[in-house]
Amino acid sequence: MFRVELAKARRRWRTYLIAMALGGIPVLIVIAVKLSPPASTGNGDAPPFLMQIVRNGLFAPLTGLAVIQPFFLPLAAGLFAGDAIAGEAQAGTLRYLLVRPVRRTRLVLAKYASTMTLLGLLLLWVVGCGAFWGGVIFGFHPMPTLSGSTLSVASAALRILGSAGYIFLGVSGIAAIGLFISTLTDSGPGATVATVILGIASEIADNIPSLHQIHAYLPTHGWLAFTDLFRFPVEWGSMRGGLVVSAVYTVVFLAAALFAFGRKDVVA
Amino acid sequence: MTALVTRGLTKRYDDVPVVDALDLRIERGELYGFLGPNGAGKTTTIRMALGLIFPSDGEVDLLGEPVFGSRPPATLARTGAMIEEPAFYRFLSGRKNLEVFARAGGGGEDSRRRLARIDEVLALVGLTDAANKRVKAYSQGMRQRLGIGLALLGEPEMLVLDEPTNGLDPSGMREVRRLLRSLADSGTTVFVSSHLLSEVEAMCDRVGVLSRGRLVAEGAPGKLRGSVERLRVEVDDVERALRTLSPLEGVTVAAGEIPGTLVVHLARDATASAVNAALVIAGVEVSALMPERDTLEDVFLALVEDSDVPR
Repeated sequence: MFRVELAKARRRWRTYLIAMALGGIPVLIVIAVKLSPPASTGNGDAPPFLMQIVRNGLFAPLTGLAVIQPFFLPLAAGLFAGDAIAGEAQAGTLRYLLVRPVRRTRLVLAKYASTMTLLGLLLLWVVGCGAFWGGVIFGFHPMPTLSGSTLSVASAALRILGSAGYIFLGVSGIAAIGLFISTLTDSGPGATVATVILGIASEIADNIPSLHQIHAYLPTHGWLAFTDLFRFPVEWGSMRGGLVVSAVYTVVFLAAALFAFGRKDVVA
Repeated sequence: MTALVTRGLTKRYDDVPVVDALDLRIERGELYGFLGPNGAGKTTTIRMALGLIFPSDGEVDLLGEPVFGSRPPATLARTGAMIEEPAFYRFLSGRKNLEVFARAGGGGEDSRRRLARIDEVLALVGLTDAANKRVKAYSQGMRQRLGIGLALLGEPEMLVLDEPTNGLDPSGMREVRRLLRSLADSGTTVFVSSHLLSEVEAMCDRVGVLSRGRLVAEGAPGKLRGSVERLRVEVDDVERALRTLSPLEGVTVAAGEIPGTLVVHLARDATASAVNAALVIAGVEVSALMPERDTLEDVFLALVEDSDVPR
């Protein structure tokens, strides 16, 4: 069932549109930085983090990850996970899968696995696009860390992949929430929008100081902690917290999705 | 072994029964017509029989296995189904859709067998030429035929079809009826729902009539028709014919709207030939005597209306 899901995604324009949009972001960053005047540091317009890219292609994949994370990643998670069951219900194909028969548990797990696989491929794609164009235009150089020390190219590349891996695990919670919502409705776009709104609401709540008591429990709270990989020595605390939170969201909402779908009357 | 059994099958939504203590028993190799007006509970029954909707009460056995046991019945793999409209992945071709559903079962021998049958099935439903077009571009009739093809892909022992001729033109309908009849003749059990009596009466071995979730009649189509029959009789002398027929047992007679005709309703024991004989003996010339075509429709409406008495 998992392979069937990937085969279906492979034949949808949607998949390629998302890939093109997200892959284009690091490329845009590279182009924008290339075209901007070789600025004196601190001209005020470009954030310093962005400006460092001028000197190093390694920053392109990293900036790409940082840029897609707050909005495009929840959007992609919402699209894949929110549409997973609800989209099949809306198209009517859900009833034909179930009488084939595909067991309900198996369908939910296959949908989650394919959603996560697509999100993982998407992250690798963004890193790949950034690394390729960043490398072509600027070349790779050792990278300064947030703590002031310098990382070798190999070590920096490893940390960039580590960041992608961390972001991948971080989005698993939102994906599980999306899948759960997807079992509740027969409208694919509805489930997608609901998931995206929840993801963004969580990020907004995370930025409201008066809500600080709940910050640590928000599904997106730990998302930016991957920057700790670029400190020296690496600061693991926030990342560990982020992983625990997304693991809890994943387990709870995957279980809720299995439970809800397992006893749902399929009338679509 | 029985193909489909329901015992006290009930589905309530907010305490209102949609399917109400339904007992069905479909034998192997039978072509069973499941009739009822829209909203009678046909689709809900079919969805419960296939495990899509959980019953509020009662049980279903499909090909001898309980549908709501501890796990979904393996017999679903030996059942082909079309539930309301056919549904496909619009972005895939007809052939790819059949492949997806063949593989979706989880691979193995069953999937391989289905994959090997795709060309045969496409030819059977007349879609060989359109097989590589996206379903998006199919007409409603083509989708309907692909849906029947999907139901047949696994060489099912049992076919469950919900209104299979919806959206087909008259020749398509005839083809489907012929196909179902030949499948039943070669041993496949066919359970087909419809809201049109005329559609099922010609092909079905047995018909059940559902109204408000209850089975209000069941039997061979001919037997159902036997319960009430209407004749249109053309005579030379309407007055004398009325006087002749009125006293007959089981006969209700009235002058027809067209001059020179009578409309005769026959109850159980009265027959058309008795009416004819009585008229001839009385010296009335009968130039035509024909059963009204919508007789079975009348039976159907009568049954359905009877059950509409508020509970």
